[in-house]
Amino acid sequence: MIHPNKKRLRRSMMFLNCQKPGLIKDPYIYKPDSIMLDLEDAVAENQKDAARYSLYHALQEIDYHGVERVVRINGLDTPHWKEDIRVCVAGGADTIRIAKTESAKDVKIVEEHVLAAEREFGRPEGSTLLMAALESCKGVLNALEVCEASERLIGIALSGGDYTKDLQTTITGTGVELMGARQHMIMAARAAGVQCWDTVFTNLDDMEGFENETRMIKMMGFDGKSLVNPRQITVVHKIFTPTEKEIIFAEKVVREIDDKKAKGIGVFTVDGKMIDIAFYDGAKRTLAMAKAAGVYKGDL
Amino acid sequence: MINAVGREIPEEILKATGKEAFKGAYAYDNYEYTKAAPTVRAVSDPNRSKMVENIHEALVKCGIKDGMTLSFHHHFREGDYVVNMVMEEVHNMGIKNITICASSLGKANDPIVPYIEDGTIVGIQSSGVRGKIGEAISTGKLRDLAIMRSHGGRVRAIESGEVHIDIAFIGAPTCDEYGNLRANGGKSDCGVLSYAAVDAEYADKVVAITDCLVPFPNIPASISMVHVDYVCVVDEIGNPAKIATGAAKPTTDVRKIMMADYCTQFVINTPYFKDGFSYQTGVGGASIASTISLGKIMEERGIHMGLGLGGITTPMCSLLEKGLINKLVDTQDFDLGAIESIKKNPNHIEITASEYANPFNKGAYVNKLDFVILASLEVDVNFNCNVVVGSDGMITGAQGGHPDTAAGAKCTIVIAPLLQGRIPAICTNVTTVTTPGETVDVVITDYGIAINPRRQDLIECMKDVDLPFCTIEELRDKAYAMVGTPDAVKFDDRIVGIIDARDGTIIDVVRQIKDFEFDD
Amino acid sequence: MEIINIALAGTLESSDAQVTVEPGENGIELTIESSVIHQYGNQIRKVVLETLERLDVQNGRVTIIDKGALDCTLKARVECAVYRSNGITENLPWGGVIK
Repeated sequence: MIHPNKKRLRRSMMFLNCQKPGLIKDPYIYKPDSIMLDLEDAVAENQKDAARYSLYHALQEIDYHGVERVVRINGLDTPHWKEDIRVCVAGGADTIRIAKTESAKDVKIVEEHVLAAEREFGRPEGSTLLMAALESCKGVLNALEVCEASERLIGIALSGGDYTKDLQTTITGTGVELMGARQHMIMAARAAGVQCWDTVFTNLDDMEGFENETRMIKMMGFDGKSLVNPRQITVVHKIFTPTEKEIIFAEKVVREIDDKKAKGIGVFTVDGKMIDIAFYDGAKRTLAMAKAAGVYKGDL
Repeated sequence: MINAVGREIPEEILKATGKEAFKGAYAYDNYEYTKAAPTVRAVSDPNRSKMVENIHEALVKCGIKDGMTLSFHHHFREGDYVVNMVMEEVHNMGIKNITICASSLGKANDPIVPYIEDGTIVGIQSSGVRGKIGEAISTGKLRDLAIMRSHGGRVRAIESGEVHIDIAFIGAPTCDEYGNLRANGGKSDCGVLSYAAVDAEYADKVVAITDCLVPFPNIPASISMVHVDYVCVVDEIGNPAKIATGAAKPTTDVRKIMMADYCTQFVINTPYFKDGFSYQTGVGGASIASTISLGKIMEERGIHMGLGLGGITTPMCSLLEKGLINKLVDTQDFDLGAIESIKKNPNHIEITASEYANPFNKGAYVNKLDFVILASLEVDVNFNCNVVVGSDGMITGAQGGHPDTAAGAKCTIVIAPLLQGRIPAICTNVTTVTTPGETVDVVITDYGIAINPRRQDLIECMKDVDLPFCTIEELRDKAYAMVGTPDAVKFDDRIVGIIDARDGTIIDVVRQIKDFEFDD
Repeated sequence: MEIINIALAGTLESSDAQVTVEPGENGIELTIESSVIHQYGNQIRKVVLETLERLDVQNGRVTIIDKGALDCTLKARVECAVYRSNGITENLPWGGVIK
């Protein structure tokens, strides 16, 4: 059975340091689609244990008001990831973000441990979703096998900082250095039927640059973006909010397809455009996005 | 007895102060009284000089003696040297039992605490106190009751004779040898001298203290020579870096921006938001952000503010510059942009604290406000606000114009983040009532917006507005659910201070703080 | 569990608490300093003692410097300090005595 949340809306996925009580107590106030509680880079090496206790109690005791609770665990090349998985599953994290994923095998190893933890802590098997961060050339090149590695995998996220180091370049602000990875990853994700998220934009003083980058990755087909600050959320949501015209069209498409399907008609026109069943998911996605943005109050 | 905001005011306090318990924000409308008057010594001999060598000489010439009341203004804010300088000399002269009647006192005045401890100072009357003076009062070191008054309430108390000032010390950025005082120019520029005007008019003796003597006549003067007995030049009256800082960078804190946006949306959906509206706001990050976002909408819709009032910051001056405000009416300047603006813009005008907020004159500017945007340490489910006493029971803030503007404005909006660390801002009972809930219309938090049920008209006009409205009880419940229900602070029985309502009745008392002890 | 070594967890940042545990023999000797002691002192003590009881810590000096931490943070810091004093960082009893 496909997990009901596998394809939920994930435009904005905001990182938060698990080790900062002031940050993790109420990030839902900013209305991100997902928060990513970080056990990895944001947490100092000698505080990895401390972050887990904070994480456990946060997951257990704080009501995140329906915001998806993703946890970024430490890489498989560290001594931390196994205990990270245990605490995530025991605490009831919705999704685990695997850092530095390079192959399908990495995903499968995590999946095994997640399954073991679900059994240990009495959580329903398959309830914990996974996402993979691709942070190296090898990881990016293996995007398709990563996407197809597990039923639990909701999608892949580009981690631009590490990836550009591996490429032997830097984040230039032009996007040129990330173009290949972005194109490749979004194609792999779509081929496998999973989601795809763009890398973080760290210069908080350059909101215009952030906005431009977000517009670009939306055009490329991305589902959303990893974020480092709540200031970025409204910008992403604005850009990912469908226009009134798009909403009206999507509504017509869904209604027509529902109607024509019942009558056994496969191809027809809406507002002069040829429409068939292949438009259905896209139209549904547009309406879901409009609903999340509060600009669509209809019943579809 | 229990007053109109439900606070117990002990009989002995009513008896000792001769005051009445608070009866409601407008209970004294139409009140008739005869104003007090100072004792004046004429200066008619043109050969007589007003100049004195130093503060000591000024004190001697003014006839300083035990038990007098000395007054000060707070326009130099956290850069003030005047209070400390004068009190040090009073202390050195061995004078005792002094009452300080200041428009406000801050952390800059921490050095006078030893004079409280040794009996030089026995009374403090102020808008509020911060830092160590607050601790001294809260821990019972002051002999007499501290009296906290709003800016308007202070003018009322002085003009009605409730308090009589023996000597007023008025720090002035520039002054001539005959006592014409200006707030502009010099080394310690503070923009305006609004709060000192009443001191000049009602004190028996007035001493001007300056660090920049200028040629006669220093006009147009904020305070005229006709009120000034002596002029004293000192090296420094304040620290300019702390009197006014550069304009604060607009906040990037999303929570504050979110509350500011809620505030702006609320404002523009009221019937009062129309060309010529009047508005006052504070200096907090959310207040400034809301001024900026409101300015954008005013520009888009071509709506002008007829009157911008009160303490002024750069964003208000920018709106004035853009022609979006007709008159900026100023009682205090919070940054260098505001100080520059009042120097050059003829539509940026200084007024006195009486004109601003006195409830016992024939109508103050606050009465003409459509909107005021305020902050608060605590707001309770009856919309009572506390801006003076911290949630831990320690005196740590000032009333300022809070109760005055709340009473005057048609729409009083309080912005407060629901939680400050673990402390809930919305609570069942505020620690101390400083502004009555009947004058507070809307509370905006990061978790939702509550409209005072007394304002059914506002509730009605917001019914189709897409903002996160809820009840004030819901806000409190959300806060308590997250942080736990706070225990009430346990106080000692001794009353150390009273909170004056604007009209001089007692709205609440402040008790001595007690060391914490665990239950059982 | 016993308190074997001196151990510390948490910070002095706002909304956090710093917890120090030291070996001792006279039961739990608890010291609490808090920026919100008047409103939440009793609640803090209750949460700390309950957490120590769950971990079956019977002896030791426990010092809390609280900066307005929520209960979930206080628990996390106490647990972390106790497990650190035992040198344990893996195979923790999530959902068992840690809850």
